[in-house]
Amino acid sequence: MMNKRYELNKELAQMLKGGVIMDVTTPEQAHIAEEAGACAVMALERIPADIRAAGGVSRMSDPKMIQGIQEAVSIPVMAKCRIGHFVEAQLLEAIEIDYIDESEVLSPADDKFHINKTKFNVPFVCGAKDLGEALRRINEGASMIRTKGEPGTGDVVQAVRHMRMMNQEIARLSSMREDELYDAAKTLQVPYELVLYVHEHKRLPVVNFAAGGVATPADAALMMQLGAEGVFVGSGIFKSGNPKKRAAAIVQAVTNYTDAKLIAELSKDLGEAMVGINESEIELLMAERGK
Amino acid sequence: MTIGVLAVQGAFIEHEKMLEKLGVDCFEIRKSSDLDRPFDGLILPGGESTVMGKLLHSLNIFDTLKSKILQGMPVLATCAGLILLAEHLTEDSTVHFGTMPVTVKRNAYGRQLGSFYTEENFKGLGKIPMTFIRAPYIDKVSPEAEILATVDGNIVGARYKNQLGISFHPELDESTAIHELFLTMVKGASSN
Repeated sequence: MMNKRYELNKELAQMLKGGVIMDVTTPEQAHIAEEAGACAVMALERIPADIRAAGGVSRMSDPKMIQGIQEAVSIPVMAKCRIGHFVEAQLLEAIEIDYIDESEVLSPADDKFHINKTKFNVPFVCGAKDLGEALRRINEGASMIRTKGEPGTGDVVQAVRHMRMMNQEIARLSSMREDELYDAAKTLQVPYELVLYVHEHKRLPVVNFAAGGVATPADAALMMQLGAEGVFVGSGIFKSGNPKKRAAAIVQAVTNYTDAKLIAELSKDLGEAMVGINESEIELLMAERGK
Repeated sequence: MTIGVLAVQGAFIEHEKMLEKLGVDCFEIRKSSDLDRPFDGLILPGGESTVMGKLLHSLNIFDTLKSKILQGMPVLATCAGLILLAEHLTEDSTVHFGTMPVTVKRNAYGRQLGSFYTEENFKGLGKIPMTFIRAPYIDKVSPEAEILATVDGNIVGARYKNQLGISFHPELDESTAIHELFLTMVKGASSN
């Protein structure tokens, strides 16, 4: 991979910062998302809540369906492939997707190896529960990270846990003596150079978004105040009573995430939020896929 | 001198870091009350123009910013920012501020696989780094606007009075040349 290509891919993620990336399943939903102010859309056949309900093996979406969404909007279009399924990724690259999400939401195709993302020209975003996972994905070539959260639940608790964990570990690395970083690299199972970067810059070397369980403007603002640079909203929008209004409200809440007065206004009359499932009621923990 | 940086979405922090490097004060414009503070120049950053265009209205900052631009406040607009300034968009009836007499083609280089880096001449600055991310270019300029840079025959930088519109991302590379050029415009405007 040309090093410049990786830079350009990290830079596209920088352009998405302060924005909301929304899951959509049809060109009509993609339109609604773009109109509401989404900075990108994630094209998939079934949103995580429905994947959860349907059970069975969940795979990359039909390329025709993804292309329908690419034609419907002018903002970047992302799509998911299964963890380790590098051929699905090759197909997504062939249809010139803007970002591939190697995602735990789909059934993993490989229970040991992730995709070698350095072999691709299109960028990858990957989920992470903690700093080790994030840096391992970056080492494999991911140019953007998101918390895993617990997709399709409408329960933000896991996204919060993952973001806090990441922040704590970054703070710990930052405060270490330099001679302690070698051991930290060993523990995190990542190259020393990545550990050194985090130590020096007090942040990940790529953009970090929140994802998994965000359902309200307040959820989105919570993740931003915890340090997310933007937010993915999956089932939260199109599983709710008034998707248009809720989507627009979440977009504004992400821009002005410390303005409680505004967010209170935005939270009025949004209709029903997605029903949601509590963490303890879930049978399948997607966040445990791919470490 | 103080610069206001539109910070509703996108890569605004990168611009702030550039200004910091050049020792210039700046603040973020996220809502209408931010516009109560005095400032001498405006930066419209890269990001998604559809998002910024929408938020400018829903957060009630559109009218004030537009009148400031029309009154002559110097503006540096990069990528999505250039789309906000454009009087026309190619094959698209959307107009945001519409204060710069140019026609801009969105996603002119296609999707992310078309993003690229190059080094080209910029009028008065010599060869500078240029990073294009899902970038637009300028299809047409009116005779009053001055073309400042072209890449492969496409216009990627132009100036019209107080407005400097650029289709690449000077905030992402090491060179501070574009920001210095903008600050010269700001100094010129405030000494008038």
